[in-house]
Amino acid sequence: MIGAALWAGTAVAPRAALAQAAAPKMEGVKIDGEYGPFLPTDVSRDGHRIDGLIDLLHYFMIALFVGWGIFFVYCLAKFRQRPGRKADYEMVKAKPSKYAEIVVAIFEAVLLLGFSIPIWASVKTPDPDPNPVKVRVIAEQFAWNFHYPGKDGKFGKTAPKFINTATNPAGVDPSDPVGNDDVVSGELHLPVNKSAMCEITSKDVIHSFFIPVMRVKQDAVPGMRIPVWFHPVKTGTYEVACAQLCGNNHYSMRALLFLQTESDYNAWLEKKSAPAETFDEG
Amino acid sequence: MSGHHNPSGRHHDHDHGHHQLSFLRKYVFSVDHKVIGVQYAVTALVFLFFGFSLMMLMRWQLAYPGKSLPLLGGLFPPDGVMKPEMYNSLGAMHGTIMIFLGVVPLLVGGFGNYVLPLQIGAPDMSFPKLNMMSYWAYFVGGVVMLSSFFVPGGAANSGWTSYAPLSVIAGKGQTVWLLGMVFLITSSLLGSVNFITTIVQLRAKGLTMFRLPFFVWAQFVTAFLLLLAFPPLEAAAVLQLMDRLAGTSFYMPEGLVVSGVPQAYTGGGNPLLYQHLFWFLAHPEVYVLILPGMGIVAEVIANNTRKPLWGYRAMVYSSIFLGFMSFIVWAHHMFITGMGTKISAFFAATTMIISIPSVIILTAMIISLYRGSIRFNVPMLFALAFLPMFAIGGLTGLPLGLPASDIQLHDTYYVIGHFHYVVAPGTIFAIFAGIYFWYPKVTGKRLNEALGKIHFWLSLIFMNVVFMPMFFQGLAGVSRRLYDQTVYAHGEAVQTLTRMSSWGAWMLGVAQLPFILNFVMSLVASRKTAENPWQATTLEWAAPTPPPHGNFLVPPVVHRGPYEYSVPGMKRDFFPQHLVVEG
Repeated sequence: MIGAALWAGTAVAPRAALAQAAAPKMEGVKIDGEYGPFLPTDVSRDGHRIDGLIDLLHYFMIALFVGWGIFFVYCLAKFRQRPGRKADYEMVKAKPSKYAEIVVAIFEAVLLLGFSIPIWASVKTPDPDPNPVKVRVIAEQFAWNFHYPGKDGKFGKTAPKFINTATNPAGVDPSDPVGNDDVVSGELHLPVNKSAMCEITSKDVIHSFFIPVMRVKQDAVPGMRIPVWFHPVKTGTYEVACAQLCGNNHYSMRALLFLQTESDYNAWLEKKSAPAETFDEG
Repeated sequence: MSGHHNPSGRHHDHDHGHHQLSFLRKYVFSVDHKVIGVQYAVTALVFLFFGFSLMMLMRWQLAYPGKSLPLLGGLFPPDGVMKPEMYNSLGAMHGTIMIFLGVVPLLVGGFGNYVLPLQIGAPDMSFPKLNMMSYWAYFVGGVVMLSSFFVPGGAANSGWTSYAPLSVIAGKGQTVWLLGMVFLITSSLLGSVNFITTIVQLRAKGLTMFRLPFFVWAQFVTAFLLLLAFPPLEAAAVLQLMDRLAGTSFYMPEGLVVSGVPQAYTGGGNPLLYQHLFWFLAHPEVYVLILPGMGIVAEVIANNTRKPLWGYRAMVYSSIFLGFMSFIVWAHHMFITGMGTKISAFFAATTMIISIPSVIILTAMIISLYRGSIRFNVPMLFALAFLPMFAIGGLTGLPLGLPASDIQLHDTYYVIGHFHYVVAPGTIFAIFAGIYFWYPKVTGKRLNEALGKIHFWLSLIFMNVVFMPMFFQGLAGVSRRLYDQTVYAHGEAVQTLTRMSSWGAWMLGVAQLPFILNFVMSLVASRKTAENPWQATTLEWAAPTPPPHGNFLVPPVVHRGPYEYSVPGMKRDFFPQHLVVEG
């Protein structure tokens, strides 16, 4: 619904008028998950590795800060200027500082080689799931379009000249039979316990595809099609956010993410790929 | 000044200041580094407060989205509610003003210009007219930037980073922004050449490189960063200008469709090219923002612990290393653009490596406190507060510098918290330390200590109220640059923190009033200070206070290192660099 309202707006309204559009609030749709001043709910199979690294880093940072802090406060209290006491001209031989620096360096090396690089490598290596759900994510000011290949598993040809923001936001070539069963939606529906293989691109400016509960973020760069994958494990309704300033209504560039059981997902896709209904508000 | 100024002839030229200069040449179009330094500092302070004020306006919309602004509602017709395009303009201009018109000109143009020639015992900068020109280029750049608010469509609103294609298809304000940047970059380039030459050529006799105060070293490295990093940004800006005005497509790929309308760009360009050029400057720029701040803090700490800096040489080597490394970390701002494992591993590794010299500098300054005799005057309070605040800023860079943890935190409030801890309670506290420390040198008057302490404690508290919540917002997943974060469930959940930040910002604004009052009142009210009120060792205090045109009555000769405090066997606890025997 939200997506459709925005698309309708995009199709007819000039940019200035768009800016006045009312903010799409969360009315009506309940978002699942726990949110607060720490990391949000994680509903992915692999996100815990990133969370683990973030936690570890913060323990390390707090330990260092407290360590430094204690010495700092000790010095301020102990060595404040008092009558009859002179500063010590001789340099202290501060071996401990050298050790501290070496420990910091080693710890950083461990964080990088032991955690960050392996996690990043696994994020960048396609999941071995032989049959992932394929989705093309097409960003535009200020909406997300999700293009599914339909039953045949093949995407129809697309080209910018076929783009019509209201009726054909993905620019699927109407003369290509492969595209007949394609589905383009303003909502992202995915089955749980199956990898989702997304290709991220943009029609206009740089956006960033961000699913906080999935620990996934990838810039959508026009002219590039960048793969990103993840593996949802828990059903529910969540949010897709835009993380890169993309214009006036950047803040409202939000889409709903429905993580469903495989049968619910298939039913949705079935309904969507019925002829003459390849695109509607989801 | 009648065309005659010859810094290299410092041995004979003692008639400085004896010329009758017109008011205009003496105070407006002056070539004296001290006048130019003051011009820079005052202009930059005004910009700093202005840039901060823009943020105080934005904080209203963030705290109370869609509510009309109290008192100042007239700024946002018709209903007093800030619109998203205005929010984005204020955001872009806040960043631009704070960095390019506030902090850098204050640190380099202000402190660098005023203090550096004095600290090296020079009568002026190497190229006084170039110096004047760099100030006026900065001034014009600032005026151009501000004028963009009055352009139809408003000021630039694509962020201070101005990423293409958004910036290329943006309104006219962006063109003005780019032109403004060209002036500011020119100013910085002229300044950096002047600083390098001055430090290399005009040091007093006996002032070897390792007798230089750390502040001069920091300025030296900074000047190289400016000189080498700004040209790519200038190129980036000019290319963007051409994409906007001349129909080129350096940053524009083919097949762009904006609001359903296919664009006429021929294509073949790449939006990421702009980011690479931009961050190639903007990462060294981060060290431009912090190194001179560290320099100021080092001076104040050495002076107020009454002992030599611990690890002076290690600090110098670290800052040189920092300078080199800062040129090969830029792409850590771009992990999320789709970077592969190898490239991201390289930039993550360089980013981890660059943290080491920062740790060394910070550690050296903390160890310098050990067995000192610490005076808690206002400059020292600010310098001391710099240390833990900068530490928070530095440490929170770790999760952002590692690509894996950056996935979740990239472009969230965590980033805003991180770099503001570096630049706001970090660099800006260093700036305050410098202002309280050198104000007597510049004016001959001392700032009021009581007002200064009020200013310090309130600033320290509210800086943290503003920026600490941002780490939690970031962890919660709130993206930066959102006009209204309550659109998202995770944003709504931490809206209280946003409000806390906003109130902190407004109170921080109020906390600057004692400073402004002090700054102006002390000029007229307070008594004349001693020639060397802090009993400091470095050469700027060897010149009369305030220094006349040409600076030194007799060209100073340097006999020792910069921080000879509490030398054993001496009556006084400081031994100035230029004295042969204890005075």
